[in-house]
Amino acid sequence: MSGEPLLSVEQLQTHFRTPDGVNRAVDGVSFHVYAGETLAIVGESGCGKSVTAMSILRLIPEPPGKIAGKINFLGRDLLTLSDREMRKIRGNEISMIFQEPMTSLNPVLTVGRQIGETLRLHQGLSSAAAEQKAIEMLTLVGIPSPETRVKDYPHQLSGGMRQRVMIAIALACNPKLLIADEPTTALDVTIQAQILDLMRDLKHRVGAAIVLITHDLGVVAEVAERVVVMYAGRKVEEARVADLFANPRHPYTQGLLGAVPKLGSSLTGETTRLSEIPGLVPSLKNKIQGCVFAGRCFMATEVCHTIAPALELKAEGHAAACHYAPVEAVAA
Amino acid sequence: MWAYVIRRVLATIPVMAVVALFVFSLLYLAPGDPAAIIAGDQATPQDVERIRASLGLDRPYLVRFGAWVWDIAHGDLGTSIFTNLPVSRMIEQRIEPTLSLMVVTLILAISIAVPMGVVAAWKQGTIIDRAVMGFAVLGFSVPVFVVGYLLAYIFALELDWLPVQGYTPFERGIGPWFQNLILPAIALGGVYIALIARITRATMLEVLSQDYIRTARAKGAGQVSILFLHALKNAAVPIVTVIGIGIALLIGGAVVTESVFAIPGLGRLTVDAILRRDYPVIQGVVLLFSFVYVLVNLVIDLAYTLFDPRIRY
Repeated sequence: MSGEPLLSVEQLQTHFRTPDGVNRAVDGVSFHVYAGETLAIVGESGCGKSVTAMSILRLIPEPPGKIAGKINFLGRDLLTLSDREMRKIRGNEISMIFQEPMTSLNPVLTVGRQIGETLRLHQGLSSAAAEQKAIEMLTLVGIPSPETRVKDYPHQLSGGMRQRVMIAIALACNPKLLIADEPTTALDVTIQAQILDLMRDLKHRVGAAIVLITHDLGVVAEVAERVVVMYAGRKVEEARVADLFANPRHPYTQGLLGAVPKLGSSLTGETTRLSEIPGLVPSLKNKIQGCVFAGRCFMATEVCHTIAPALELKAEGHAAACHYAPVEAVAA
Repeated sequence: MWAYVIRRVLATIPVMAVVALFVFSLLYLAPGDPAAIIAGDQATPQDVERIRASLGLDRPYLVRFGAWVWDIAHGDLGTSIFTNLPVSRMIEQRIEPTLSLMVVTLILAISIAVPMGVVAAWKQGTIIDRAVMGFAVLGFSVPVFVVGYLLAYIFALELDWLPVQGYTPFERGIGPWFQNLILPAIALGGVYIALIARITRATMLEVLSQDYIRTARAKGAGQVSILFLHALKNAAVPIVTVIGIGIALLIGGAVVTESVFAIPGLGRLTVDAILRRDYPVIQGVVLLFSFVYVLVNLVIDLAYTLFDPRIRY
């Protein structure tokens, strides 16, 4: 990857004011997305990955939220845009797919209307033209008999179909960046595979870059090129997918990979207990001294509890925030 | 759908029968003897007895009820004891002002209350929200006649913008007709506006926290479209329900409002009939009001299907 990144997030901080203190949901996260690539952001529940995704489109209600840092998209800092300018980007240049297909579609509007809405907003299509385009989009995402489906309401569709409709909405205006927040989590495994295939296929056709938010490492291995691992609102590791799976540098990432069950392991007699990471994610309301993972880390020492490790390159294209991560010679 | 409508219309028959029985019994049990009132202070007991017999009040309860229902079924609401006019004629003469008042109030209230509730929900916790809620409490707690006299005093007597009281029939022009109705409609609509604004705010708050509102934002939809298209349509069913229930408030309030503003409508007719113990008129009017209410609720139930495609009959 080279050249200017499509999206570069720098020192993103998303904090929420709550009655009992400030919740630092995202605390100084930086990453880049290049045109046409798929970047996965992984981490367990509550690590701030969804908040990161929503911060990019500024969908965090402010207040109580507060977004700071820089989000550069094609030379503009999204955080400095007016609401009106931001609306022109949402659903047009950057669009988003959400986790819950059952509740993310408006139950009282037809799917055609909901797909057509972005086209009417951003491309000024008439309602007839928008419906025509909506039918095309439904065909593209593989919904059978789109001419009749376009008049259906969400409750007449299955979960997988609804997620296809969400994808159709997201891709209707040919966005340059697609943010997918756990797009397959709520779906059956077979449907998950279909949706992932569809996203991969459409990515090539539309040429959009994808930021994929997930906790499912299987999904990451399947579709992503690079991975950012988040923990407690920070980025703890970043690497190409193959490098991360072959050679995780951060103890948290190692723990995550160790917690993935292996298919058929009980049949071959290799039933070993899945490794788990002891403890819980620390409260984000207190300023954390030292490494965010120190409290749960099996190799933590005194230095980990006092000095926060900087995110450093440990190998080419592979950075980790750990005092003890093994280092390879990095080509300058 | 049509099967449902027919079923619902048929279902109004037993409802109306119960209402009829209730209306009839209530007056039978109420104190006061119409025969004595008609006869006047100077009448002998024989006079009263004679009048009672001529009115049929000496017959047994069930016989009277049966005869009454039989007549109604044939379109005859009876004859006023006091004016000797058919009750249906009396209602016919008085229905226009009341209907006008209710329709104007309904339109005025909905077009004020719904945007109020929507904005309050959008600006939840701000001064705007608190102002709307404060107004709603006021609307609930100040009685119609106080608001009515206050409005008449300010806008009619002091500022001289609008007529103090009375009613101008619709056929004499929409302008004068409307001028006479503005103040009564505001006075009558106060409670109704408060009720609708509150339910709108509450429902909108719930809807605005839904995932599909976030989706709409992510699509780049503007605030107006989010509030009035994406959210309000989802909030419509409870709001429409309350609008329907509130019609009962309007009917009750119309009686008082018509007295305050001297509007010759059904409300005044009802009050006068009660004071004179004019049984047939009271029964006719109450029966009509009940029928309107039942009908309104049927319309509301059917209106649900317009707003929510998941509701099918």
